[in-house]
Amino acid sequence: MKRAGIALVATVALVALLAPFLAPNPPEQRFSNLLYAPPTRVYVRQGGFRAPYIYEWRVVSRLERSFRESRVRPVALRWFTDGRLVTADPANNAPLLLLGADAYGRDVFSRVIYGSRLSLALAAIAAALAVIVGGLIGAIAGYAGGRLDDLLSRISEFVLVLPAMYVALALRAVMPLVLPAASVFILLTLIFALFGWPIVARGVRAIIASERQRDYALAARAAGAGPVRVLRHLLPAARGYLTVQGSLLIPAFILAEATMSYVGLGFPDTTPTWGTMLQDAANVTLIVDAPWILAPAAAIFSVVLAVNLIVQGTGRAPVQLER
Amino acid sequence: MTAFLVRRLLFALVLVAFAASTALLLTRIAPGDVTSQLGPGATQAEITATRARFALDRGPLAQWVEWAGRALRFDLGESFLYNRPVAPLVRAAALNTAVLAFAAVVAATVLGLGFGILSGSRNDTVAAFVRGVSFVSISIPPLLASLLLAFIAARTGWLPVGGMSSVNASEMSWPLWLSDLAWHLPLPVLALALPLSATFERLQSQSLAEALHQPFVLAAMARGVSRRDLILHHAWRVSLRAICGVYGVAIGALLSGSFVVEYVTAWPGLGRLMYEALRARDIYLVAGCAAMGSFFLAIGTLTGDLLLAAVDPRVREAETA
Repeated sequence: MKRAGIALVATVALVALLAPFLAPNPPEQRFSNLLYAPPTRVYVRQGGFRAPYIYEWRVVSRLERSFRESRVRPVALRWFTDGRLVTADPANNAPLLLLGADAYGRDVFSRVIYGSRLSLALAAIAAALAVIVGGLIGAIAGYAGGRLDDLLSRISEFVLVLPAMYVALALRAVMPLVLPAASVFILLTLIFALFGWPIVARGVRAIIASERQRDYALAARAAGAGPVRVLRHLLPAARGYLTVQGSLLIPAFILAEATMSYVGLGFPDTTPTWGTMLQDAANVTLIVDAPWILAPAAAIFSVVLAVNLIVQGTGRAPVQLER
Repeated sequence: MTAFLVRRLLFALVLVAFAASTALLLTRIAPGDVTSQLGPGATQAEITATRARFALDRGPLAQWVEWAGRALRFDLGESFLYNRPVAPLVRAAALNTAVLAFAAVVAATVLGLGFGILSGSRNDTVAAFVRGVSFVSISIPPLLASLLLAFIAARTGWLPVGGMSSVNASEMSWPLWLSDLAWHLPLPVLALALPLSATFERLQSQSLAEALHQPFVLAAMARGVSRRDLILHHAWRVSLRAICGVYGVAIGALLSGSFVVEYVTAWPGLGRLMYEALRARDIYLVAGCAAMGSFFLAIGTLTGDLLLAAVDPRVREAETA
């Protein structure tokens, strides 16, 4: 189970890394006569077997968003050209749309792949930040004890009890509503880290507080080691906890980004992320006609599932209250 | 017990005051104000009048003092968006959210505890199946769950997809209105309750399995207590402690999740109202929603603590002492 989870995460990360190579089309390219076009069917038979080919989608009715294949001329797929794994010759006006097209006629598959980059990077950086800050604060609180410990613990408990989504929403909403993607990235990273650190700090505090009573910590202090040096001995005890918490934060943050972008408080619409892509799905009639616009939801699900699979293997309950 | 309740009530008051004040001041110092809602055609006089109406022509601190003074008398100011007093608006939205959240908690508890007892007390294919289903459900948070359910509902036409009532609901007699509400309720409730019930199921299953391995269960078994009584009367009561401990946390998660569900399924609740208010910089409405939201939170955590005290005598004694 754990292996399956790791394999899934590794696959998603690899896909994100290789996005320009794997995506058949540029994520911004609009095929204006293919709005909400269904996924392209790939054929391998024509009489006998032959190299995979596709047909061009022709609009039957724009209003009903119905398409039919124009079977006149098969379009061969081109492999390893223009630095892409597979694509269709742009001259033929028959793009390879593995997961159909969205409201602007953009390739959903390519956008999901490109979108994974921002969604994953944001979540990973925010989680790393939360682990570092939370680890440090937790270590200080656990080691110092007394007043400082009380104060830090109270603060983290206060943040923990807040309904994170609302406060995050409020914090984002009081910033200018329209921001360039880079500013949104930094802003969301900071907001997410703000809600992530107390979870980490609470656990690390408990580990360090009990660990500093152990003989080896006493020995280190007796040998004249200062607080920083002792902490360097103590912190490895929290390594397992930090790994688990860090990995649990990633799906939570992916989801938070998706929610923010979905309600229009995240990245600008033109930037492909899993959240901005889901905006199309706000219209229910569209979901019914073009279910492939739910593809980013499937991507999010696979990451959440993968992390739950990994964490379950470490003997921790996959208790993941959405935060 | 009384001292404990008084202390918690005081804390709740402080939390509500703090949340509402922070929301007010944050909205105030945020770039842009409610006059942008007037549109580009607004005259200078209109803008000045609107700014005066919402005390935006005064300093943030002066505005806060004035607002706090009125809020103490339960006058939460006016909303620009709805052109009505904030208090009844927030109350109506809060009621809708409460209906949704309460139904979700009940559904999650019934499903989670029921299946948790089932899977925690046996070790066969049924238990494995329940475990698998709940594992997948845990990975479907409210955002995905509501999208998925909306898709299924729209595709099959089994349930209405959005809103809380049909268009002609105001003309209905009340039994009809109630059944109309009941028709609209399952989708958002299920979207909210699905991951939560899976969490409860996992917790219940694990804690029951742990409780069944304790010496007192062995002793009861030796006394000839039937397996059913053993699980339901002896082990289950002990295992409840783990569940009740998580209720307090679950409430926060529920409120967060309810925002998404309300947004996706167009449920006219507190989350949607706050979102609209935030976007429009409708300052008093934001503060009112924050006050109501933090009030819910305080009630939720208090309920969690009381539940814990109800099932665990040790907690009860620690609090009364």
